Amino acid sequence: MSVMDLVSYQDALASYDPVMGLEVHVELGTRTKMFCGCATTFGAPPNSQVCPTCLGMPGSLPVVNAVAVESAIRIGLALNCEIAERCRFARKNYFYPDMPKNYQISQYDEPIAFNGYLDVEVDGGTFRVEIERAHMEEDTGKSTHVGGATGRIHGAEHSLLDYNRAGIPLIEIVTKPIEGAGARAPEVARAYVAELRELIRALGVSEARMELGQMRCDANLSLRPLGTTRFGTRSETKNVNSLRSVERAVRFEIQRHATVLGEGGTIVQETRHFHEDDGTTTPGRVKEEAEDYRYFPEPDLVPVAPARAYVEELRGTLPEPPRERRQRLQAEWGASDHEMRSAHNAGAVELIVATVEAGARPDAARKWWMGELARRANEDGVELSELAITPVQVARVATLVAEGSLNDKLARQVIEGVLAGEGDPDTVVEARGLKVVSDEGALGAAVDEAIAANPGVADKIRGGKVAAAGALVGAVMKATRGQADAARVKELILQRLGVSG
Amino acid sequence: MTDLTRLTAAQTAEAVASGESSAVEVAQAHLNRIDAVDEKVRAFLHVDREGALAAARSVDERRARGERLGPLAGVPLALKDIFTTKGVPTTVGSRILRGWVPPYDATVTRRLKEAGVVILGKTNMDEFAMGSSTENSAFGPTGNPWDLTRIPGGSGGGSSAALASYQAPLAIGTDTGGSIRQPAAVTGTVGVKPTYGGVSRYGMVAFSSSLDQGGPCARTVLDAALLHEVMAGHDPLDSTSIDAPVPPVVEAARRADVRGMRIGVVKEFVGQDYQAGVKERFTEAVELLRELGAEVLEISCPSFTYALPAYYLIAPSEASSNLARFDAMRYGLRVGDDGTHSAEEVTALTREAGFGPEVKRRIMLGTYALSSGYYDAYYGQAQKVRTVVTRDFAAAFEQVDVLVSPTTPTTAFPIGERVDDPMAMYLADLFTIPANLAGNAAMSVPCGLAREDGLPVGLQIIAPTMADDRLYRVGGAVEAAFTARWGHPLLEEAPAL
Repeated sequence: MSVMDLVSYQDALASYDPVMGLEVHVELGTRTKMFCGCATTFGAPPNSQVCPTCLGMPGSLPVVNAVAVESAIRIGLALNCEIAERCRFARKNYFYPDMPKNYQISQYDEPIAFNGYLDVEVDGGTFRVEIERAHMEEDTGKSTHVGGATGRIHGAEHSLLDYNRAGIPLIEIVTKPIEGAGARAPEVARAYVAELRELIRALGVSEARMELGQMRCDANLSLRPLGTTRFGTRSETKNVNSLRSVERAVRFEIQRHATVLGEGGTIVQETRHFHEDDGTTTPGRVKEEAEDYRYFPEPDLVPVAPARAYVEELRGTLPEPPRERRQRLQAEWGASDHEMRSAHNAGAVELIVATVEAGARPDAARKWWMGELARRANEDGVELSELAITPVQVARVATLVAEGSLNDKLARQVIEGVLAGEGDPDTVVEARGLKVVSDEGALGAAVDEAIAANPGVADKIRGGKVAAAGALVGAVMKATRGQADAARVKELILQRLGVSG
Repeated sequence: MTDLTRLTAAQTAEAVASGESSAVEVAQAHLNRIDAVDEKVRAFLHVDREGALAAARSVDERRARGERLGPLAGVPLALKDIFTTKGVPTTVGSRILRGWVPPYDATVTRRLKEAGVVILGKTNMDEFAMGSSTENSAFGPTGNPWDLTRIPGGSGGGSSAALASYQAPLAIGTDTGGSIRQPAAVTGTVGVKPTYGGVSRYGMVAFSSSLDQGGPCARTVLDAALLHEVMAGHDPLDSTSIDAPVPPVVEAARRADVRGMRIGVVKEFVGQDYQAGVKERFTEAVELLRELGAEVLEISCPSFTYALPAYYLIAPSEASSNLARFDAMRYGLRVGDDGTHSAEEVTALTREAGFGPEVKRRIMLGTYALSSGYYDAYYGQAQKVRTVVTRDFAAAFEQVDVLVSPTTPTTAFPIGERVDDPMAMYLADLFTIPANLAGNAAMSVPCGLAREDGLPVGLQIIAPTMADDRLYRVGGAVEAAFTARWGHPLLEEAPAL
């Protein structure tokens, strides 16, 4: 089903009310795995970070990673959750080749954190997403299915299994049904995942890079006729792995559900796959009946019972909530709502903060990151943070401009040099000879030359048309290859022609 | 020259420490004994000659260097094939693990090696420890040294038979519902199930995680205590292992004094259908305890009659999950990997071919009991029974220091008698199961031969959790008194092989 065959988004929302449920898995950035001492380094050779426990060898036993529990509690607290006084792990039983024990150690009816919320910003307003629970579990290994058209296990000629990821700690964060978002549902979904990602990063528990699978989102969606309260049948779109995809997947599913329902059809409860290329979803496995995972308490582990004092101690380690921090920074920087949102969406906030900390003025820091550097990042198709320039270097450029040693045009050339790997700003200035011409003698000579070469313009200025000085400034800048301070040039011209500016 | 295979573990350790015998001589004597009799007994699945002799040599070298040796250094041991042994095959009595060579040692294996214990090999067992006769082994049954046509108990029949046939003075078993105590009872040896959490389960292939407990097997109570002390203790690799000092079991075995102790006879077990000779020997043992100065009381534990059905829901449930990992993907048997079958089919074909009927029966039982819609009625209900059983024990131990019962309702039955009747087989564990459900420590110690068949009868002693030392006090006293009465250890009445 392509987007063309669907009822329009507006028409869908004219008849139906969307209800969402978002499940986000976050891979914790712990040094070792959830239940064994294996390393978690990303990109290591296949099956090089494994041991009897994470391979599920006979006789092996799990031992809980205390740092992962601490991270889970901090995430729970940051999501305004209650923290369980005592909770158990449970086994979720199902067969799959990349799951070494053929059960996943997870939590079932006793999550470590529950009943919280996260406020997100949508359209300048605040939308509260209620959190059902956050629980701890272990990741599976990774299958690569070779041969076959779909890249899935069915139809593959053979499959490769890498168990390096097996046992990496995961926190699954599940929302309560998100109701009342209406037409903003896709935006709310995106804003929630974005806010959650920022929170996770601020907590320092994971880099939460969606493109690396460190944060993965499953989006449940159902529609109900406007004005009704009973939930419709839901579909679950699995592994939507970018903010943009979250928004697109929810939007597509709203339109698809509305189309099916509008034609008198019924929605099948199933998992679906999202396709980045055309923004559609297609069915995965059909859930004919609710899958029976035969959950039961994990007998190999004792309950986790975080002492209240310990929980309060962890509460004291929470960072300033990202949204409040943004509001504070906006005030400190004197930025408009729009400017702040742009900086946030571009992933520039932390870079600007670091640049200001390195000595730049906030407006200058913002100007460089959101202007020249954003343009370059966009051109190169990379994130701002991936550019080959550091906040300290940007701050140095801003300082040189503030001192008058560089003008904007030269500053852009310095940045270009830094990005090209020519070294620090000062090195680039030196190597490219980009200092503003501040030698008054040389500058005076250039000004005299320009006046002599443009007598008509000079006369107009003498006659009081100060605005005409621009043409002479341009000539001087051209003669000095842009290395002059334009303001000083203008001053000299007016001074020579006996006009006060 | 003394027959080194007839010594107790304590005597052997002393002989090695004093230089009277070398550890290599001791190991060689036992390997020779294995060569002579194990074709008939079939206690071992794998004999590790080189490993045993190397370990013995190392003990002799350490002694030669003047190093202080541990209390069991140089003593041979038969290890149940459920503990992983680095570089030595571990099958758990199952075809599905045939040929698997573990890359790591179980904590118990490691502790034995560190103590200088000489591991002779791996012993036969019911597949995945599911059974009471060792007939469920994929590699054929083991004979009872008292009568080779009879079962040596199970699941640890290989270990108990190795002891009773003097192939090793020490052995290790695991006890999920009686797999140490019942084999000990029917072979005239001593077997101890320590308090749950007392011995690390790391590297012990799981059957039912909340019930499984490794423990010592020996021919004397003191030997069992010495082994208990070596293998027990906290292990950070097993989260359910108890972080507390090992109870003073060796001291208790040496003290062997029951004067002033209060001993409870479980009323609910008295009415059961014992074999007449079992009942007779048990009554005699209780009388003996009274003579030795203990106060004997009758105690009621009404929930114990529900223990067996609860066990047969909990153990298979956990097993159905624990055994899911045998999927042909990473180790062990692989069937159907010929390019024509999917991964899912290879897993199914492998499990079909690799698991025996009893294992399949329990996987199905457990899968059913955990299924949504049935969980509350079966697994959930069984857990409630478990709680009640634990409470009954707690109430009983407010009145008495230990409880006693026959270990099993009958003596060793003939091989083949119960293979087609699982319910009859399950009843062999009727008296041993409550202690597993509650996590208590329990022991079986010989208390004579049944009049009608001349086969050994075991007395079961149950102590509160982490009071394992009481087992050794009582067991030691019973052993000493009976040995004095009979004029020799019971095992000496076993026919020669």
